[in-house]
Amino acid sequence: MTDIERVDALDKVTGRALYVYDLKFPGMLYAALVKSTVPHGIIKKVDPSRALAREGVEAVITGSQLSHVRAGIYIQDRTPMAAEKVRYLGEPVAAVLARDLRSAREAAEMVEVDYHELSAVVDPREALREGAPLVHEKLQEYHRYQEIKPLPNSNVANVFRLRKGDAQSILQRSDLVVEDTYTEAMISHAYMEPMSVIAWWNPDGTLELWTSAQSPFAVRNLLSKALELSESRIVVHVPYVGGGFGGKAGLHLELLVALLSKAVGGRPVKLTLSREDNFYVAPSKVGVSAEGKVGLSKEGKILALMVNYLVDAGAYADYAVNVGKTMGYIGAGPYDVPNVWIDSTTVYTNKPFATAFRGFGILEAHWVVERLLETASRKLGVDPVQFRLMNRLRPGSTTSTGQRITEGSGDLAKCLQVAADMVGWGSRKSSSHPTYVGRGVALAMKGPSVPPYNSAQAYLKFNEDGTLDVSVGTTEIGQGTMTSIVQLVAEEFGIQPNKVRVDLVKDTSRSAYTWQTVGSRSLFYDGNAVLAAVDDAKSQIRRIASKVFNVEEEEISIGGGKVFVKGGSRALDLKDVVMGYVTANGNVIGSPVVGRGSFVVPDLTYLDSQGQGNPFPVITFGAQSVEVEVDVLTGVVKVNKYVGVFDLGRVVNRGLAMDQLVGGAVMAISLALNESIKFDEGGAILNPNLVDYKVAEIGDVNDNLIGVFLENPDPKGPRGARGIGENALLGIPAAIGNAIYDAIGVSVRDLPITPERLWREIRAQRPELLEV
Amino acid sequence: MKVIEQEQKAKVRYKINGQQYETEVEPRRLLVHVLRELGFTGVHIGCDTSHCGACTIIMDGKSVKSCTILGVEADGSEILTIEGLAQGEKLHPIQEAFWEKHGLQCGYCTPGMIMQSYWLLKNNPNPSEEEIKEGISGNLCRCTGYQNIIDAIKLAAERMKGQ
Repeated sequence: MTDIERVDALDKVTGRALYVYDLKFPGMLYAALVKSTVPHGIIKKVDPSRALAREGVEAVITGSQLSHVRAGIYIQDRTPMAAEKVRYLGEPVAAVLARDLRSAREAAEMVEVDYHELSAVVDPREALREGAPLVHEKLQEYHRYQEIKPLPNSNVANVFRLRKGDAQSILQRSDLVVEDTYTEAMISHAYMEPMSVIAWWNPDGTLELWTSAQSPFAVRNLLSKALELSESRIVVHVPYVGGGFGGKAGLHLELLVALLSKAVGGRPVKLTLSREDNFYVAPSKVGVSAEGKVGLSKEGKILALMVNYLVDAGAYADYAVNVGKTMGYIGAGPYDVPNVWIDSTTVYTNKPFATAFRGFGILEAHWVVERLLETASRKLGVDPVQFRLMNRLRPGSTTSTGQRITEGSGDLAKCLQVAADMVGWGSRKSSSHPTYVGRGVALAMKGPSVPPYNSAQAYLKFNEDGTLDVSVGTTEIGQGTMTSIVQLVAEEFGIQPNKVRVDLVKDTSRSAYTWQTVGSRSLFYDGNAVLAAVDDAKSQIRRIASKVFNVEEEEISIGGGKVFVKGGSRALDLKDVVMGYVTANGNVIGSPVVGRGSFVVPDLTYLDSQGQGNPFPVITFGAQSVEVEVDVLTGVVKVNKYVGVFDLGRVVNRGLAMDQLVGGAVMAISLALNESIKFDEGGAILNPNLVDYKVAEIGDVNDNLIGVFLENPDPKGPRGARGIGENALLGIPAAIGNAIYDAIGVSVRDLPITPERLWREIRAQRPELLEV
Repeated sequence: MKVIEQEQKAKVRYKINGQQYETEVEPRRLLVHVLRELGFTGVHIGCDTSHCGACTIIMDGKSVKSCTILGVEADGSEILTIEGLAQGEKLHPIQEAFWEKHGLQCGYCTPGMIMQSYWLLKNNPNPSEEEIKEGISGNLCRCTGYQNIIDAIKLAAERMKGQ
């Protein structure tokens, strides 16, 4: 397939692309949030009088005024703002609505709130202790999904269990048992566009929203439940979105802004977060600590794996309980392990809450599994690449949930061999004190973490000149799926891509449906749906043409913008058929063509009580390798070279796939080496801005980033394709950790691997390296 | 220099993308907000701390993060924003290069990146890779990993040589 150009680029390079941040409506009010100054406390009094007296201020709405409405995707554990008590420092307790943003923000400073402060719990391990302060006292009363099981009178939001075989007793009989503990910091998505929402109620009771969200249909669905309003009475518009990375999935500020608008008679209300507010009020990535244990035979076969994950959700469960669950059910990841025992416990703490993040728990699990297995292979004295080849999943084996791997799942062994070869595995390394070179590999495996019923629609309609308009439900958040959709449709009809228009911005009342824009599912689900719509349109075209040419439908071909009889010379332009063919006397054969398609994977299952079942609609395998340079005197790690090899089944647009691979690699290197949201003991964020919270800058990156795609088609994929967006990150932190061990024999267990941390590990594990 | 009271508005004049604008601004209002209110919403806000560079514009020939200066400070200056870079339908070579080389994904940092690249190439029409990195080190991108941005600037430099 030949790449086409990005269909969203012209808007973006000219500054014409509009984000919610840029939108304005007549009579619009601006909202600013009054945020809690304590991490945990009863709200005694909210006094808005000074704020209300300020010029430009129209209203102050408190959390208790909106406390009749509850939200939360898996557990309805939150109200639009804190009502009776605050559960984290920075939690909104009131909102000021004013005629301009500055008045709103200044007045927000003037709202006085009295708290009766409660003891707070910031550390997730503390949260598990008997007698720890409870973040949610009435946890068991909340509405929730059946599968999520909070423990009453505790801070436990959910415990996910996976049991395959009998790991506990096999571990006792293994030749070698290796155990270790790992941690991973909470991090910020740091998408460049802060969250922004506008809500406006129509006089007929319809709620219109403009939001910088990844998943407009999820916003609609969750709002519908929270507001008890039918979905057709909610119209969610998503214009261009300035990055999401999971942070803009689900329902966030939309419910609050809808209620604020309602409180002022339906006038349009806009809430745009400052970057600092975005650190506090918008959710982040979960924090993790994990105890892992692996048992092996002396030949190097993995016999059993046990991991106990503790997942820090912050004050509300949001997606974190499902992230914790997914961390659990990926189990041993890309390895064929007969006995797997996983507990993944998601706990509440008095911190800003967490949500989905690119990789959705599976990223976190890769750090644990790949570091633990590396340590095991080194202890056994087996080459880490050979060890992985020996223990990998292959056709016929099953994942930790018992899902079967087939030939159609791709070639994991080849991915690893290429990644190892290209990074120079086994070749000489030139280290000279104090700089040491090391290489590391890791496997990568992920499918979309989705409910079995998740699905997509697509439709396309022809215009009078033979051009066509296509609609899918997924959003353009930078990943480029819309371009791939246009490319698929243009190729199917053999027409120029500029004759295909796709709905780059969404309106839930007009756009085709898709469940969510998450999990690297869009090309797979929306791509399949759009190909079904193409097939539907083609069969209508064939029916018309068969009558025009007086041949069987099977004899009609479509391509090159033409409709023709196979092997014959008779052909019609698409435009002469797609609105119905008009005969010489004015009669019409057929009628305008509208293609409709949809897609679901019918045989997925919920996981049973042992964590067994078929959760993944598609799995993408890959392997990632790095070469690093470690300065032992400073603890600074530089990634000299990165190789990512993924079996994408079929590459639709090579440039876009490579963009995901490279952009994902840089994000993963950044989070592995630099990124953490730092809290003080009272739950305040010490780095709530992009100066102190470091994301990769251009100077941090070298251009030695190599991507290789294998193409063993997936029988269920659109033209055989699989997803890549999230997978691009998975193995990189562990590959870096493994390379550090390869370089200096020092084991790192905690992310991020900051220079200070690594230097301390060197001092503890290899003090002789620091001797001058 | 004008002396203005705290809440008093000051009359300012700018030439933006070749057109004259006259407006009144509060003394403490940042240029980025003034520009956005005048309709130049391609000037983005990403961080509020002068770090991300999404608001980069050209002011009197220099690249400026428009969140680091006040609207009143810019009085009388000539400003170029992303909206003024193309000549009608004809894109500037830097815009073309960012498009062709996929120097963007979500697009939010793109206007700032392009304006900073414009300034870089104006001052150094033939930059080395290191000079490119140095030149746009004040602009953050969370999506691309920067490789394609560097490639785009190289391509633009190549094309602009012929002009």
